[in-house]
Amino acid sequence: LFPGVYFTRIKRLDGNLQFNLLLVMLFVTADIISTVEFNHSGELLATGDKGGRVVIFQQELESKNQPQCRGEYNVYSTFQSHEPEFDYLKSLEIEEKINKIRWLPQKNAAQFLLSTNDKTIKLWKISERDKRPEGYNLKEEDGRYRDPTTVTTLRVPVFQPMDLMVEASPRRVFANAHTYHINSISVNSDCETYLSADDLRINLWNLEITDRSFNIVDIKPVNMEELTEVITAAEFHPNQCNTFVYSSSKGTIRLCDMRASALCDQHSKLFEEPEDPSNRSFFSEIISSISDVKFSHSGRYMMTRDYLSVKIWDLNMESRPVETYQVHEYLRSKLCSLYENDCIFDKFECCWNGNDSVVMTGSYNNFFRMFDRGYRQDVTLEASRESSKPRSVLKPRKVCTGGKRKKDEISVDSLDFNKKILHTAWHPQDNIIAVATTNNLYIFQDKL
Amino acid sequence: MANMYSKGTKRKFSDGVDNKAVAASYSLQRQSLLDMSLLKLQLCHMLAEPNLCRSVLIANTVRQIQEEMAHDGSWQVVTEALGGSGHGPSDRLVDTEVLCQSSEQQDGGPRLYSVMGYDGCREEEVVTDKALCSVVVGDRAPALLLGTIGHCWDRGELRVEDGVSKDSGTGEEEGTKSGEGAKMATGQVFGTFEIKNGAPGSDPALEELFSDVDASYYDLDTMLTGMQSAPKMGPYDFLDSLASSHGSVSNSSCRADLNELDHIMEIIVGS
Repeated sequence: LFPGVYFTRIKRLDGNLQFNLLLVMLFVTADIISTVEFNHSGELLATGDKGGRVVIFQQELESKNQPQCRGEYNVYSTFQSHEPEFDYLKSLEIEEKINKIRWLPQKNAAQFLLSTNDKTIKLWKISERDKRPEGYNLKEEDGRYRDPTTVTTLRVPVFQPMDLMVEASPRRVFANAHTYHINSISVNSDCETYLSADDLRINLWNLEITDRSFNIVDIKPVNMEELTEVITAAEFHPNQCNTFVYSSSKGTIRLCDMRASALCDQHSKLFEEPEDPSNRSFFSEIISSISDVKFSHSGRYMMTRDYLSVKIWDLNMESRPVETYQVHEYLRSKLCSLYENDCIFDKFECCWNGNDSVVMTGSYNNFFRMFDRGYRQDVTLEASRESSKPRSVLKPRKVCTGGKRKKDEISVDSLDFNKKILHTAWHPQDNIIAVATTNNLYIFQDKL
Repeated sequence: MANMYSKGTKRKFSDGVDNKAVAASYSLQRQSLLDMSLLKLQLCHMLAEPNLCRSVLIANTVRQIQEEMAHDGSWQVVTEALGGSGHGPSDRLVDTEVLCQSSEQQDGGPRLYSVMGYDGCREEEVVTDKALCSVVVGDRAPALLLGTIGHCWDRGELRVEDGVSKDSGTGEEEGTKSGEGAKMATGQVFGTFEIKNGAPGSDPALEELFSDVDASYYDLDTMLTGMQSAPKMGPYDFLDSLASSHGSVSNSSCRADLNELDHIMEIIVGS
């Protein structure tokens, strides 16, 4: 186990695990949130939405008076990352929705992030300006040029403080490399390259070069009529710059080594769990489709999310996951209805906490789930205004799966399938989580 | 019925009547799932940017259903009636999870079928699964691949007036067309599928029956990816192309086929 802050979890006398979580921040966004991501220090939290906007929150510095209190998150910067486009050749509109945001590790005073919609990836520089030069010789303060004849002395302009201004400027635009919809981007640990994955192909980019990318995976069949499987997510290994994984709609994960060949169509490892024949149905394949894959911080494990479960895989064992957690098994008997209303195609994400001891993912009815790998226990919590009184501990929720419904339990039929939590993020070090409902962003932490 | 919804348990068939009732119910539910899936594929064909992953998953589901129908003898009934080669008795015991469409579903909002895509789409044309089951059994073929997406096409702008009386002819004609349509749609979607996957070789009797139907209902690329080098079909182009496809079928061959089908279906329904 890693050193660091351990999650505040108390094993109560009744044997249940208690996660002390307090709502500290709730933001209502203008549009449906489509991605949430902390930067590497956790000081910044970026959200992308369906309208192509990026909103960045910054954690306030801890007050010296109250060292136990963590700073709150406030809006730091807002900018329009992508605009809707129209592809005239194919007569198709290209959505401006931000599919993913990934931060680059910080190298200097400025912050950099990659944001992508279905077709185009952009590198944004976010920089602060809190000083401005004053005392020009030839210009007035408002910018007008002075009459040269009135200039009698020479002076050196000096920097004066000004109100903090945060500027976001697009530094690179990586376009025209994807025929299909981009679902993932991942920055390499070498900090020089990154990958972008669409339904059928994965490309490797150099962050400096926008007019060229290398195709490293291509699963497009010669005859599109033979297509039965697509790429659903991809990620670079956190430490090994030659290794990446990609998941598929058939529930497989392929690990590839870029040293082996230029085109990584041949995987180095194939992770797949044999199907349980007793659970077989017409929906088996759909629910096995992997919606998200995330390496652990250690790089030893990876986590996958399919429709009903979260699985932890040891990279050294391809035959089956080492841990499986059921997110909402009670939905298994409802698959037909969920197929009819398309909920079965919802793509839930998942995330690790800082020391890889707890994993989290979302569900319906604004529920989200946490699984403690060490204690082997789990909890269901709700992100809603009714359930989250600021500064009071979140109460665990329970879904009644059959029989008599106890007080405070919710029956499966009462669940609201329009309220889904697809995107969650965990601070890289501390116990702070960001949970996105449709257009609300909740930030919970375990300390005031 | 309740025990059919339980997950993961192998169902043991009791003898006699129960057996048949269970199998028939399963068959109908499977049929409605097939209908639903084909409709979804059509609808996503008409969206601005179809989601490729979703399309592929739905298409794979359709294929699975059709494979199972081919294996468990659903095709067998039709081929025998047409004098084709028979298959051995198939094992009707299936341990797949039964499709659930609980009666509590009825109070849901507008069904997927009835929203978007089709102008003038009327609720009564596209029915809930429960009603669909009863309609299928009573009035139409206990359709297998027949009569699937046919009802979806039953719109004023799509139907080609070919002289066949609306009442009696509707079901079978739709059955014929849509059966073929379904076959062709999925065939287009996956290419080489259809009966070839299940039964050895395709059935000549069936081929003959459906031979006059135009298969160009779908542009595959458009369906799957929404992208193609050829001009993209907008939603109204799609309807137009269907109309023109229907128009290529001659009246007389229709009538002959319909009579034949009528006869066959009477046999099947009667048994």
